[in-house]
Amino acid sequence: MSRLRNPLAIARGLGSAKDGVSHWWAQRVTAIALVFLVPWFIVTAVSLVGVDHVNTHAFIADPFNATLMLAFVLSVFWHARLGLQVVIEDYIHAPGLEIALQLLVKFAYALAAIASVVSIGRIVFTA
Amino acid sequence: MASQQRPLSPHLQVYKPQITSTLSIIHRMTGVVNALGALLMAWWLVALAGGESSYAQFTAVAGSVPGQIALFAFSATLVYHLLNGVRHLFWDIGWGLEIPQAYRSGYTVIILATALTALLWYAGLSAGGAV
Repeated sequence: MSRLRNPLAIARGLGSAKDGVSHWWAQRVTAIALVFLVPWFIVTAVSLVGVDHVNTHAFIADPFNATLMLAFVLSVFWHARLGLQVVIEDYIHAPGLEIALQLLVKFAYALAAIASVVSIGRIVFTA
Repeated sequence: MASQQRPLSPHLQVYKPQITSTLSIIHRMTGVVNALGALLMAWWLVALAGGESSYAQFTAVAGSVPGQIALFAFSATLVYHLLNGVRHLFWDIGWGLEIPQAYRSGYTVIILATALTALLWYAGLSAGGAV
């Protein structure tokens, strides 16, 4: 390792981006959660094909299914936001456009996550 | 501006496509498509919470021909990204990084993704009464 780096900077291990491996790690943690949650969601989605509103509503209102659905939407939107951030960083080189897109993605996925949580909450509490 | 034409590193188009690089690019593309599909899933939940009429609007769009094509695309990209994502997680812990292993796992992902997507749609279409 270079002797030119401040020992405190090496000890902190945060690198030039100042957030260390937190982005990489969050993407992996959500990925591991999704390895389990995506198969559950796919099986659930297929099982709900052709099911009417009342029974779909009742299915999601079940605390077990609501818990997994919440875990799924939170992991998905977090993972998606992290992934899109990297794609924009890699391919969009016009600074103004890049910042605009990064903000758009952050806001859109935060709103989608909030809307999903509110909806699941409403389904559970109006069951 | 560059004062002279310096040699550039080889671009993507001069390389022969390989299963490893091709699947890596597809992983990124399917990730972006999945991110868009996730927004439709949010619409599904909002429509379900909104009541019978908003849910009927959702199912009408989802059941239409463009809706079914979009759902098919999203299911295929989701299954692919899931399976190839597991491949990436194994690489992260240092497994399967030798070239023959990476080729084998790559072909396994393609075969499994195709088979699982077909199986899902067979199950879904049977449940929906179309088969």
